[in-house]
Amino acid sequence: MIELINIFKDYKTKKGSFTALRDVSLTINDGEIFGIIGLSGAGKSTLVRCINYLEKPTSGEVIIDGKVLGDLKKRELLKLRQNIGMIFQGFNLLEQRTVLKNICFPLEIKGVSKREAEKRAKELLELVGLSDKEKAYPSQLSGGQKQRVAIARALATEPKYLLCDEATSALDPDTTRSILELMREINRRLGVTIVVITHEMKVIDTICDRVAVMDNSVVTEVGYVAKVFSHPKSDIAKKLILPELKTMENITGGDRIRLVYNGESSFTPLLSNIILACGVPLNILYAQTKDIDGKAYGEMILQLPDDSRSSEKVRNYLKANNVTFSEFEGGEQNVGNTAKAVG
Amino acid sequence: MSEILQKLWDNGVLQLGIWETVYMTFISAFFAYLVGLPLGVVLVVTAKDGIHPIGWLNRILDLLVNIFRSIPFIILMVAVLPAAKLIVGTSLGNKAMIVTLVLAAIPYIARMVESSIKEVDKGVIEAAHSMGAGEFRIITKVLIPEAKPALLVGAVISLVTILGYSAMAGTIGGGGLGMIAITYGYQRFNDEIVWICVALTIVIVQLIQEIGMRIARRTDKRAA
Repeated sequence: MIELINIFKDYKTKKGSFTALRDVSLTINDGEIFGIIGLSGAGKSTLVRCINYLEKPTSGEVIIDGKVLGDLKKRELLKLRQNIGMIFQGFNLLEQRTVLKNICFPLEIKGVSKREAEKRAKELLELVGLSDKEKAYPSQLSGGQKQRVAIARALATEPKYLLCDEATSALDPDTTRSILELMREINRRLGVTIVVITHEMKVIDTICDRVAVMDNSVVTEVGYVAKVFSHPKSDIAKKLILPELKTMENITGGDRIRLVYNGESSFTPLLSNIILACGVPLNILYAQTKDIDGKAYGEMILQLPDDSRSSEKVRNYLKANNVTFSEFEGGEQNVGNTAKAVG
Repeated sequence: MSEILQKLWDNGVLQLGIWETVYMTFISAFFAYLVGLPLGVVLVVTAKDGIHPIGWLNRILDLLVNIFRSIPFIILMVAVLPAAKLIVGTSLGNKAMIVTLVLAAIPYIARMVESSIKEVDKGVIEAAHSMGAGEFRIITKVLIPEAKPALLVGAVISLVTILGYSAMAGTIGGGGLGMIAITYGYQRFNDEIVWICVALTIVIVQLIQEIGMRIARRTDKRAA
């Protein structure tokens, strides 16, 4: 278990001090895939580096499996890091070493014999599906292949935890999907606890169990992905969940509402039923389904008629039928307003 | 070919000169690297953004390197002759020259090594940290191996520079082609010998450059 307790991180710059993390507390349970999402500059990369003390928090405690990192001697900290694998956006492979030797690298640091290290490296190459590339150099690989090697390398010492810092951000959508699948497989098959840092909601809803949303050095909400997805509380969460809708600011007219469909009802009859029952026209601005934790989630942004009597009718109909919806106020200019979730 | 040139060749003076030049250059480079390589590594490692910052040490070494680099070689050469005598027992000949060449080359090489190692990707160093590698392991397993192609290119440049210095050393009693050019050419008003020595030096530089760069290219695994 990873516990972060009241973490603060300040950086001294020439222009004074800058706070990258403000009072962040999180608990990451064993066996889960935990996501941390935020825009760039939100502090998520600093946060993930506090977990293995690549960045030392200014105050607060990091506790991993009961060990308080701040109390460890340097040697103990180095040893503990061997139990926490890490992968990066830029892959960070050793360019002058072959794929096989890259995977052997953490084992060399650990003091494993060469023969044993190479045996283990070959097993890992098989796991990540690159057995034919052991003699290749990183420069001969594609981005996705490089990240697979990096994953194999991070897993070489059989760590309990894997930290992923924007691991798919430099990859195309297809490659991203295959890397995410690999990460899920590692989590399920090897039981590795994975912490994922990303700015893409897609990554979170593809593989994460729980998610923390970060904005401006602060964690604004934490919860199961399905819950945060269907009931985003903070403005930043709403923005991250529906990034496409930023472009809709210029649509004028009636109120907009966001419906969330959780797999147990169906949209199609619902829509036609609203129209038939209320006798009002509806405009679909956006619709999408997502697979979260094996369950289908749909969401739809509807524009209601301009007059309040008609739109109230629709709201009442939805409430009467127990459909989850919230007022949607997408667009940068409305970020200050808070939509109330009604369900 | 003029008579005097023929004579020099027949007596083996020219051949000896070529050999001495090559030998002084490589031996000096070898000893200079023994000090220059670690010094360059320390300069990177103790720097503000290095893996083990030690401000005061870094500033002192940086200043020392700069001071030694700013002394013109011809002056340094004369200035360190007493030291050469102390170390190798003589202030004349190849041995003494090697001492001065090593001293002149150390700060130069340290800077070469420093700039090569600074090129190593910070992300790779961070990855090594994340695996629990200590500073020494990072130096021996990441910084130096990853900078190897750049270090080799630096070595080629250093060798050529040292070769240039060694020719200058001929003026104060060092051997090699520089000495031949000065004593048989310049002082006897025989331009032909000067030019022959220049041509031979060019050939040696070309060989070092070509072979060295080929080795550097071959070891670099980035360009596949």
